[in-house]
Amino acid sequence: MIRIQEAPFDVGVELAALTRGRSDIGAVASFQGLVREVAGDQTITAMTLEHYPGMTEKKLAEIEAEANARWPLQASLIVHRYGRMLPGEPIVLVATASPHRTAALEACAFLIDWLKTKAPFWKLEETAAESRWVEARSSDDLAAARWRERA
Amino acid sequence: MRILYFAWLRTKTGTPSEQVSPPAEVTTVGELMQWLAGRRPGFAEALAAPGVVRAAVNQDYAELSDPVRPGDEVAFFPPVTGG
Repeated sequence: MIRIQEAPFDVGVELAALTRGRSDIGAVASFQGLVREVAGDQTITAMTLEHYPGMTEKKLAEIEAEANARWPLQASLIVHRYGRMLPGEPIVLVATASPHRTAALEACAFLIDWLKTKAPFWKLEETAAESRWVEARSSDDLAAARWRERA
Repeated sequence: MRILYFAWLRTKTGTPSEQVSPPAEVTTVGELMQWLAGRRPGFAEALAAPGVVRAAVNQDYAELSDPVRPGDEVAFFPPVTGG
């Protein structure tokens, strides 16, 4: 399941909903990304996430379908926020469920690695002095690339 | 053809979206970028670095050599930084 929303989410509520009424799931893995206060030597006062409505849903659906094709998942969830948020607030949640831990853990890592390089979101950081668009990191490309050869 | 700009391309062009009718000889993403860049101040600077600007045609990532057609939705933006 995919949700794009402006409002914050509660990771406990989301994970409970993922397994509610299910007794066949043996493992749930999750990743939550938060707004970090420190970027280099700068203090971040707020972060604004812009996205491409329509393409965002399309790309996240493709990424989720790819994870389900590669691993035997019983459930998967991607929640990504947009709009302005403060340090400490959640930005993104990825969760996967499977009978055993390996598939859940690997699929969770895959989802966030691919999301970071394929989902059309852009971060604008605010400091006391200025606002600036965050630049893409080559380490994110490398993290995404490690999953490519398994196709 | 509907053109969308995101992140610093939107702020540099001052334009989130616009409807355009490029001439018939504009048939690829790269040719469309060149044509858009020549139209108004701000666009040339925003679209100047093809290695930095990414594109999507009808909500799929596209290369400079990929075709564009009347009625397409074409977006320009920097490398993504979500997650």
